[in-house]
Formats: sequence, C-alpha cells, structure tokens
Amino acid sequence: MATHKIHALYNDDDVLLRAIKQIREQHYHIEEVFCPFPVHGLEKAMGLADTRLAINAFLYGIVGLAVATVMMNYIMIEDWPQNIGGKPSFSYLENMPAFVPIMFELTVFFAAHLMVITFYLRSRLWPFKKAENPDVRTTDDHFLMELDAHGEDIDSITKFLYDTGAVELVLIDKENH
Amino acid sequence: MYTLTTKLKVFAIILMVVGAVFTAIGFLAVPADEAAVEEMLAKEEAAHGGAHGETHQVGEDHSGSTHEGAAGDHAMESHDTEDMHMETGYVTDNDVAHADDAHTTTPHEAEDHAGSHAEHVYHQLVNRPWSAVYVACFFFFMIGLGVLAFYAIQKVAQAGWSPVLFRVMEGISSYILPGGILMFLLLLVTGLGLNHIFTWMTPGIDDPTSEAYDHIVAGKTGFLNVPFWLIRAGIFLVGWNIYRMNIRKFSLKQDESPEGNVWYKKAFKHSAMFLVFFIVTESIMAWDWILSFDPHWFSTLFGWYVLASMLVSAITVIALVTIFLKGKGYLEFVNDSHIHDLAKFMFGFSIFWTYLWFSQFMLIWYSNIPEEVTYFVTRINDYNILFFGMVAINFLFPLLILMNSDFKRVNWFVVTAGIFILIGHYLDIYVMVMPGTVGASWFIGFPEIGAFMFFAGLFLLYVFNTMTKAPLLAKGDPFLGESKHFHY
Repeated sequence: MATHKIHALYNDDDVLLRAIKQIREQHYHIEEVFCPFPVHGLEKAMGLADTRLAINAFLYGIVGLAVATVMMNYIMIEDWPQNIGGKPSFSYLENMPAFVPIMFELTVFFAAHLMVITFYLRSRLWPFKKAENPDVRTTDDHFLMELDAHGEDIDSITKFLYDTGAVELVLIDKENH
Repeated sequence: MYTLTTKLKVFAIILMVVGAVFTAIGFLAVPADEAAVEEMLAKEEAAHGGAHGETHQVGEDHSGSTHEGAAGDHAMESHDTEDMHMETGYVTDNDVAHADDAHTTTPHEAEDHAGSHAEHVYHQLVNRPWSAVYVACFFFFMIGLGVLAFYAIQKVAQAGWSPVLFRVMEGISSYILPGGILMFLLLLVTGLGLNHIFTWMTPGIDDPTSEAYDHIVAGKTGFLNVPFWLIRAGIFLVGWNIYRMNIRKFSLKQDESPEGNVWYKKAFKHSAMFLVFFIVTESIMAWDWILSFDPHWFSTLFGWYVLASMLVSAITVIALVTIFLKGKGYLEFVNDSHIHDLAKFMFGFSIFWTYLWFSQFMLIWYSNIPEEVTYFVTRINDYNILFFGMVAINFLFPLLILMNSDFKRVNWFVVTAGIFILIGHYLDIYVMVMPGTVGASWFIGFPEIGAFMFFAGLFLLYVFNTMTKAPLLAKGDPFLGESKHFHY
C-alpha cells in the first residue's frame, strides 16, 4: 500500500508560521519543516519539546570540575608533594587558589566540547553523512513542509494547503522511491 | 501613579527609629576608658580558662618574636598588626624613635606603644560604632549610585528592554541625594577628627619627630590629606547628583514633549558624558573611601572590584523593587521577560564580582609579597568565616539559584537570590572596612544591625517617596513600545 506525503513549499517565514498554526488546528500531522535559516517561534508553533542540551552541559561541567580536582589532588598533593616555590602542598584546600584556573578551564572545556559532541550525535551530524535535503531550494530561499497525508483525502488537503499560502505542492508516493 | 502606603511608611520609620536606637546603644556601649577595657579583658580571660591565658602570654611577649602564623586567635588579635609591619621591610624607619621596638608602627599602634594591649583594644572598640555607621551608609549610597550608572548604561546602549523600568531606576537612584549628603557629613565629621576610623588622619603621622610618625603614610600625604580628600568627595558627589537631577528632568520633559526626541537626545549625551566621569570618579572614590582604611596596602583593581559589588547590588535592588511594585499591581507593563533579564544581570555581575575578587586574592596569595599579603592575612585570621562566607554567598548562591533559565522567571527565586546577594555584598563592604578600623574586635551586634536598619529605612522611605512623584511609565521614551512588548 502506498503511503502518501505532501511537500508544501512556502517562500516567506511569516506565511509559514501562520500555515503551521492553521495546519495544527486541523490536526494534520507535520513530519518535518526545512528552513534556510532559524525561524523564531517555529518550535513553539510546532509544539516541539524544549532541548535538554543545557542540562547536559551543566552535568558535563561538573564532570570536568571533578576531573580537574581529582587529577591535581593526585599529582600535586598525593603522589609527589614537592615544595615548589614555597607553595603549601600539604592539602588540596591549602593550595587551591593555584588550581582554580585549571579547574575553571577544564569545567568549561568539558561542558563545551561534550555538549557539542552530544549535539552532533543527537542531530546525527558527521562528516560524509548523506545530506537529507528534499529540495535544494530549501537552503536558499524556500521553506518546505512535509506532511503525512496517509489516510487523508488528497484533494481536500491540497486545497487546504494551497489556501494557507503554499506556492508549490508536491505529492510524494513512497512506493515510487 | 504610585501612592506610598502608610504601611510601608510606618515600616520604614520603625526601621529608622529602631535602627537609630540600636546604633545609639552601640555608641553608648563603648567602654568609658582603657581601665574598663582592661577589666573586661581580664574577665574574658578568666572565663576562657587557662588555655587561652597561655596563648595570651605568648602574645604579650612580643618584642623579639615573630609569631609566624600564630594559631592562638587571641595572640593574633593583639599582635598581628605588629607582625605584619615587621614583614613590610620598613623595619629601620622608626629605629630612632623606637630603638627598643624593631618595627614600624601603625598610627593606632603608635598610641598604643607606651600603653598596653588594653589601650589597643580600647581604640578598636571606640571605632566600632563609627565603622558600623560608615559601612551601612556607604552600602546604601553605593546601591543608589550603582543604579544611576546602570541607568546611564541603559540609556547610552539604547536598550530596548529596559525603558519600562526607567522610573524604577530613577526612583532608586534618587537616594544618592540624601545618601550622598549623609556620606559627606560622615566624611566631614571624620575629617574634623571626631573619630579615628582612618588611621592616615592621625595627627603627626607625617611629622618625623612625632611618635605617631609613619614613613609609608607620610609618603602618601600628597594625596591622602583631609582637605584634598574632602574636596574630591565633594566634587564627586556634586557631579553625580547633577547628572541624576538633569536626567530626571529630561525624562519628565520627554514625557511632555516627545516630538523630535529633543530631551531624549540630550539625555543620551549627558549619560555618555556621565559614564566617562563616573568610571574615573568611582575609581578614585573607591581608593578614598574604602581602600584608604588600609593606607599601607594598595591594589590596582580595587576600583573595579568595588564597582562590581556596586553594580550587582544595584541591579538586585532594581529587581526586588520591580517585583514588589509589580506584585502591588503598579507595573502591569512589566512581564516576566524583564525579570528574567534583570536576573541574568544579577547572575552575570555576581560572576564578574567573583572573578575580580579571585583575581585580587589569587595574585596576592600566589606571589605572597609581605607588604601586599598582610591585607589578606588579617582577613583570613580574624574574619575567616565572614571573608570566605561572603564569597560563598556572593558566588555559589547566584550561580546555583539563577543558572536555570526557568528559575529566572520565578519571582520568589529571584527574591531569594537577591536577598542573599544583598547580605553578601553588605558583608563584602564590611570585610573591606572593618579590619582597618576595629581589627579583631569585630562583632555583628547592635551598632552594625542598627546602622543597617536605619539606612535601610531611610532608603525605603526616600526611594518609594520619589516613586510617587512621577508616573511609573516613562511614556515619552522612543523605545517604550519595544520595551512593553519585550519578550525573551
């Protein structure tokens, strides 16, 4: 059985946002929206859940802080507590001001890099990845919305989409691909 | 228009009256003379028992020993000032005058020389209520001034979010008039010699034949002398107040005739000029009013450090007043994005303050040059809990409470963080001032709490009274529309 998808193209982000609101009111299912640039309020209009990347970053930062502390405590205090220029290496706390720059930098380093890597993994981005671009114009000046038209009346849905301001409608039949 | 409720008025007046009574108790509680202090110390020693007495004996016998890092706190209390001066490297300067004592003296100590430990403590106790008033007076003045600086920044930066808060900022910054007058009176009284909180004002400090002669301070009298110091303070206060009066006037006139933004442009130019004036005068003010409590010590980033403290407390007060007024229904055009922005500033400037605090501390701790490090030695020995406690309050609380973006929109989170920040920065000023005036004889009791309450009451009364003088929406501001619809 063929599954149908509709690609609706728009050429203005305001029209796109208004269309998304109307489409969601009709309870059609939007699979994906492709934009050439970030459209403010798009995720809110589509009802997407908030990102948890910031929470990840916070936890990675704590890991970085722990790594720095454990590392320097082992090297400078436990393993070989030398007297270097009279710095008190009797306990970590006593010599802590000297370690703070490293603790800070490693916290930032871990938070930043691990967060970026998390972002790549979560968004499935890597070198040599095959681009998933349904229409080359979406990287330039067109906005494309992919709708699941499975089980819908194709004529009425195209009419509806055309009324929301779509400039071009493409019906995609999955079996042909 | 905001109307001052009787409830708030009565609350502020009660604060002032109770605060004044507490402060008066603080002044009256100062021991009458050295004999009383001696008796008090003897009693204290008896109560503390033998162990304390031992350390004290070690301390008493100070002429030859150096007590490196003496652990007994009482020993530190009585003699750390002497220890530090042995370390300064100016050992020989006073040899003629004090051949028997191989160290230079602080002015406080000079009075103390012939006398005893009791005399030293007596002078610290006399200084205590004065310093308490000074700290509270400066703290609230600094909030008003910080708000004024923040207001000027918002004007010059043409911020699109803040115009709905301009009247709140104008209201809070109005405190620099009464606060500045009180601050100047306090400086004047000090300059006239009614108290001895600034050691560099001790008579004879620059006279080599005097017992109070201090070689180091004598070299600084070109800058640190009472007339010049008072003139500087006067110029700064007049300059800041002129700007504040003008900017308020322009803001009200812009409301009446917004066409062409004539008054807006004028305010813009004045704000830009004020910021240049402010950054110079604020630095010098920090040296004059705070840094000179420790005339042997110096730090290049001290002015910015005080500025960071000033800005973070100021923004906190803007946030608290805004939340209060909004809660009362006077600021219906302020939304939670404005609170979110203020909370971001509180968060950011708290981190900035911590950065400067740490930069100052770590550089001096690391190099450990005796003439610089004494500043932190006295603070770590005598003010340990306050000194590190206020860093924790000023850094960890804002960091953990205000990091989450959602929390920054929740009023009670912002209020909680704000109260911690204000207490923390009061303690910050306290730890900057007190070691130079009362040394180890500090305590947070009647004069400290009383003075804080008195100035808090005055601040509330004056600030909220100013708010009633003009509508809380600066309706002529060209960025008002953007600000009303501000959304983050």
